[in-house]
Parts: sequence; structure tokens; C-alpha cells
Amino acid sequence: MDHRPQAWGRPRDDIYGAYDGSYLQNSGPKQATQSPVVTGTSVIAIKFADGVVMAADNLASYGSLARFTDVKRLRTFHDNTVIGFGGDVSDMQYLDRLIGEIDIDQEYELEQLPDREAQKSVELMQASNLFTFLRRQMYHQRNEFNPLWNQILVAGFDDEHKPFLASVDLRGTSFTSPSLATGFGAALAQPIMRKYAATDEDAARLTRDQAVDVIKECMKVLFYRDARSLDRYSIAVVTKEGIDLKENEQLEKQSWAFAERIKGYGTQTV
Amino acid sequence: MFRNNYDNDSVTFSPQGRIFQVEYAAEAVKQGSVVVGIASKTHAVLVAIKRNAEELSSYQKKLFPIDEHTGIAIAGLTSDARVLSNFMKQQCLGHRLTYGRNMPIRNLVEQIGSKAQNNTQHYGKRPYGVGLLIAGVDNTGPHLFEFQPSGMTEEMQAFAIGARSQMARTYLERHLDAFQDSSREELITHGLRALKESLVQDRELTVDNTSVGVVGFIKEGEASYKVDPFKVYDGQEVSVFLEKVSDSAEGGAAPAAGGEAEGEGMEVDS
Amino acid sequence: MSMFSQNPLMNGPNYSFSETPRVGAPEGAREHRFDPYTDNGGSTLAIAGADFTIMAGDTRTTSGYSINSRFHPKVFKIGGTTADQKDATLVLSVVGFAADGEALKERLDSICKMYRYRHGKPMSVKACAQRLSTILYQKRFFPYYAYAILGGLDEEGKGAVYSYDPVGSYEREQCRAGGAAASLIMPFLDNQVNFKNQFIPGSGEGHALQERERRPLTRQEVEVLVKDAFDGAVERHIEVGDGLQMMVITKEGIEEIILPLKKD
Repeated sequence: MDHRPQAWGRPRDDIYGAYDGSYLQNSGPKQATQSPVVTGTSVIAIKFADGVVMAADNLASYGSLARFTDVKRLRTFHDNTVIGFGGDVSDMQYLDRLIGEIDIDQEYELEQLPDREAQKSVELMQASNLFTFLRRQMYHQRNEFNPLWNQILVAGFDDEHKPFLASVDLRGTSFTSPSLATGFGAALAQPIMRKYAATDEDAARLTRDQAVDVIKECMKVLFYRDARSLDRYSIAVVTKEGIDLKENEQLEKQSWAFAERIKGYGTQTV
Repeated sequence: MFRNNYDNDSVTFSPQGRIFQVEYAAEAVKQGSVVVGIASKTHAVLVAIKRNAEELSSYQKKLFPIDEHTGIAIAGLTSDARVLSNFMKQQCLGHRLTYGRNMPIRNLVEQIGSKAQNNTQHYGKRPYGVGLLIAGVDNTGPHLFEFQPSGMTEEMQAFAIGARSQMARTYLERHLDAFQDSSREELITHGLRALKESLVQDRELTVDNTSVGVVGFIKEGEASYKVDPFKVYDGQEVSVFLEKVSDSAEGGAAPAAGGEAEGEGMEVDS
Repeated sequence: MSMFSQNPLMNGPNYSFSETPRVGAPEGAREHRFDPYTDNGGSTLAIAGADFTIMAGDTRTTSGYSINSRFHPKVFKIGGTTADQKDATLVLSVVGFAADGEALKERLDSICKMYRYRHGKPMSVKACAQRLSTILYQKRFFPYYAYAILGGLDEEGKGAVYSYDPVGSYEREQCRAGGAAASLIMPFLDNQVNFKNQFIPGSGEGHALQERERRPLTRQEVEVLVKDAFDGAVERHIEVGDGLQMMVITKEGIEEIILPLKKD
């Protein structure tokens, strides 16, 4: 009998067989995230005359399982920026902590200053600046072969205080457009949004109410057709006055009448 | 030669609570030729007297552009200044790459502040033998900062450092109220007049020994702004500015203010 | 087997320990299944004239069959002293994997800016071209997946175009097309810019045919040529369209022209 303390409480190899530690990855190359685990689906956003509207549902799926039904995928940054996350939820939480730290640093700098006048002289980060930071972070992680498995939309204002909307994904690919959508939204919602805002000039003619309506319509279409979606969602409106974030919206005026006419795919006709 | 036993390094306090090496470094700033900086609501200017070691040599550079929105004027060891200037340039470039914006001036100045402070707290290091005036603009308008070898930094409305700079400061104090609303040209003229105050008798401002640097802030709309990039004027380019402060143009007014100060027996600027 | 080599091997039963020694994997090595590259489509084009260079690219960016954006420039001014690149003298176009292209642009721009700061003058195209090759080759085993073209005016004021592959092979050329529709545009350029396969009608039979005399194109001719090339590419390639961005580099500076292309 082995009486060394290390062996106390351990299963004996002759009875239970040697412990198979291979899955613990004690040898072989270290594995980074190879695929997302708990995921969020589409995020959609559209610019309007004096701001940006963004929405995402409150579902976090585990494969096809609707695992968490109250996950907020729109995060705010310093009262002037909204960030919407599609893809891996844990990576979203990591990024949220990261930008939270930047915000805290920024607030701390403000607090240290003696008076209001000096506080005003500190340049606050705008959405465009935070986006550049996120773009760099995402691209850096992909260079390390350790990607953050997300597609992210950032909404707010740029340095010239014009409405700003941009997207970056797990490979660091980034672009801007008057309306943007991730995941299924790119196929289902983007065509609808482009009808209302094909160009920045079009977007500048949209009112806040019009933009919110378009987004709500798109969320409905997404709920009808995206199996990994939910009818509870978050919607945020960024304007110069700040962020109006509602995190517990319910899809209204659904009509499933169209479903009756769907008769399978392809061969089924009756 | 030695003042006492407590000045061999920068990590030892004297019994009176002084750090002599840091104070000596401050003396090095006073050896450098004078530089003046003024900020208005729309511009920040730097003006400087250049020195040449001998008739045959070229004049030592006093103004360094850092980034499009900021530049520095130096008094003291030029080689130390170049280290700081390169560092600042890198910081601005890095900041632009990560955040896509001009580095906030206060931020930049704090960076060199802590870098310099670090030298005063580690054995075997020596403080920078140079003082700086940092002129720049960010979205809150033009700024002027002073930097000392101790690592101290402070925002100024107008300031002068270097040999015989007290006279220039006296001029600046007398005209302080005028600076805020001065135009670009008026600000340069004030700067040059302040510079003249510090001149040794029989020396004059010439196109060879004067440098002027300006950076501007162009407001566009309520929150938006444009940078008029930092530009250094040397040689013939400064003649237009010098004409305005020539003795003939001023009707011999310039010596009046400096007259009383001459009796103070300041050391002669070689 | 006992996992603890320092312990004597015993005759009794053995126990497993999770503290198994790490062997084999060098520190920091990662297994990768993640594909770090995508193709964002689009096409670029550069033509050097006698005293000008025109760099062009479409403004569409795609992933698969989706259009990500209808306005995403891939032709950039490089090495100006300010953020708006007002005093830039060089132009870089990148096409392929957009994130790598942008990273490459930002790196080259920083280098040109530092050069200008240190030397007090802008970098020559020739020097910048060599430097760009080095940057690309330094990442030989994890390349920037971007086809770059660098344009400017050489020391004699003549138009200069340098084209690259993703790992840094480069040469100076009269003209070059890059990206998705490169294979559609390049033969057109051979014919129209270098007058390849153009003969004087009736000048002879077979090899006796005389080639049409080659002459440098004017700026106006090249601008039309570029537009025609892209209009053609838009018709035949789904990843090309939306907008045409043109940079015209002359000794007066760089002029940017944006024209519409078909959005379908």
C-alpha cells in the first residue's frame, strides 16, 4: 500500500485502470477557441438623421438548444457608444470587461482633475475611436491564432460628431455602411434596411421613429425565419443626448398566417 | 565645486528635503536659449531664439514638430530633447493607430512627465537636462504645457523658459489679458516681443536666429473642429513676422519695458 | 507507470495523478483549425503615364455572396504628415484579405511618416517599394494575404507603378491589375496600354505584319481606359461593383475621383 499523502483518496490503477488524462491536453499543442460554444445570433443596426438604432435578441444558444433566454447582447460604453455582439458569449463578456476597463480609466482621469473646466478639457473617446481599438484587438487576436469568436457592431458618433456605425469580425475584417447586420441578419434584415437607407444621404433623411420601426420590422422577420432567435430583444437608440437602451422588449403584432402556406421545401406540394 | 555630499545621485534627499541632481538639471534648462509659448482661443504659438556655437556653425534647432496637432520648443540639452521628441512622436503615432485620433495633449504631456519622473527615482539614471514647452490642439481647443526635468508638467496660458526668460515672463504677465482673443498674427507678435525682452543688449532678432511654430484650431459647427497643422517657420519665412516687431515699426517702444530689468545683473547669454 | 520519476517504482498498486508532466509541446505552440484568412473580393488597377500615375479600385467589399459595404476604399494615400494625407506623394492599393490589407497600409504609412520626420523629405517611390517588399517578406510564413500595388512619380518625374505578390516579390511595371477581376482586366490592359497584338492593317502577311507604333497614353485616355476596364469587370464578376475610386498622382499632388459603378 502506498501511504504517501499524494495517493490519499486516489482510485487504484489495478481496480479502475490508469486515469486517462489525455483530454486534459497535458501534451501536444495548446488549443485556442476552435469554434464558438454559447452563441448569440444576429445584431442589426441602422443610421438615421441624428443617431443610430441597434437591436439584438436576448437569446444565447448552446448549439440548437435555447440555453440562456435573458442575455443582454447590447453593451454600452460611456453614454455615447453602443456595442452589439454576435457569436460567442464568453468572448463577448471578455471584450465587455476590456472596454469597461478603458471606460473606468477614462472616468478616473476625469475624477482626478481639479475642476469642471479641466474635466471638459479631457477628450472623451467616441464610438469611432473605440471601434478602432476593437478592430485592432480583434485583428491582434487572430494574428495570435486565438480569435475572439464574434462579429461586432459599434454605433455612436465619429470625431466630427456625425452618426457612426461599423462592424468588425473575428478576423479583424472591418467596414462601415448606413445599415449593418451580422449573421442571419446579413441575409434577412440587410435587404430590408437597405430599402430605407441605401446611402448615408438616405439615412440622414430618416427620423428616429422611422428607424426604430424599420429595426422592429427586421427583428420580426428574423424571429420568423431564424430558428436560433427569440421574441424578447434589446433595442438601443444613440443620439447626442445619450443612449436610450431598452433590454426587455417583446416582439409585437406577430402574424404567423404566412406559415400556413409553407408546405415543406421543394418536393412537398400538398 | 561640490555643494555638498547629497548631490551625487538623484535618489538621495538632502537633510533639507531637496534632491540636488534634479535641481542641477533645472539649471541646465536655464543655460538654454529662451523659448516662449502662448495659447489663445484659436492658436498656440511657440517662438524661440536659436544659438550657434560659433560663427561658422549652423544654428541649433529649437522647435520640433511632433504630430500634425502638436509640436515642442526646447531649452537645454538638445540631445536629451531629441530623445523626448522621438518618444512623443512614437506615442502620437501609436495612439493614432490604436484609437484613430489625435492624441490628447494632456495625455501626451503626462506620458513624458512620468518618463522624466522615473529618471529621478532610480539609481544610476539621470534626469533629462531639458525643459519643454508643448503647444497643441485637441477637440477642446489649443493648449500650452510646460515640462520640467523633475517630471513636473503644468498647463499654461503663456510661458517662457530658458536663459533670461524672466524678462519674457514679465512681458507675458503684463499682456496676459490680451492673449485669449488674439489672432494668429497678434499672438506671434506678442511672442516675438516677449522674446525681444530677453535679448542681451546689442543682440537682435534676425531671420537666422528666430524660429516660429504655430498650430491652429478651426471650429466647425458646435462640436466639430479641424486642425491647422503645426508648422515651423525658419529663415526667410520669419521675416514677415519680424518686420512687425522691428524697432522702427514699434517706434522704439520695445526697450521701455526691458529698461528697468537690465539692472538685475542677469548672467550674460553667450 | 508511476508518473513521478523521482519516486521509486513500487510493486504495489499505482495511482494516477493529474499532474502529468508536460512534454513535447514547445511553449506557446498552438494547434490551429481556425482559418485566419478570407477573401473580401474587389479589384484594383494601376497605370503609369509619362508624367502621372493613376491608381484605381472598386469600393465594394464582400464575404461570400454578401455585400458587406458598398463604400470601402482600397486605394490609400501614404506617407503624408497629417491624418488627412494632404501632402502625401505615394499611393498604395491593396486587395485580397481586407484586414491584412489595412494592417499593411497602416504599417507602411507609419514607416513613411517616420522617414519623413527623420529625413525632412518624403520617401521616394523606389525606396518605399523596396521597403514594402521587405515588410511583406518578413511575414513570409504567415503572409499578409494582400495583393499590393504602389504608385507615385519617380526621381525623374515619370509615372511609376510597383506591383507585389503577397510574400513580397515585386517589379516595376507600366500597368497592373490586381484582385478578383485581375484576369479579366489584365489582357485588356496589355492590348490597350502596351498595344499588344495590335498591327497596322494590310501591312503584310503573318510575321510580316507590322506592329502598331507604341506611344505613351495621355491622362484623359487613361481615365477613360480605367472606367472601361471596371465597367467590363463589373459585368462579368460578382465581387466587383458599387463605386470606382481613382487617385491621379501628378507633380501638383494627388487628385481623388469617385465614380459610380453598377450596384447589382
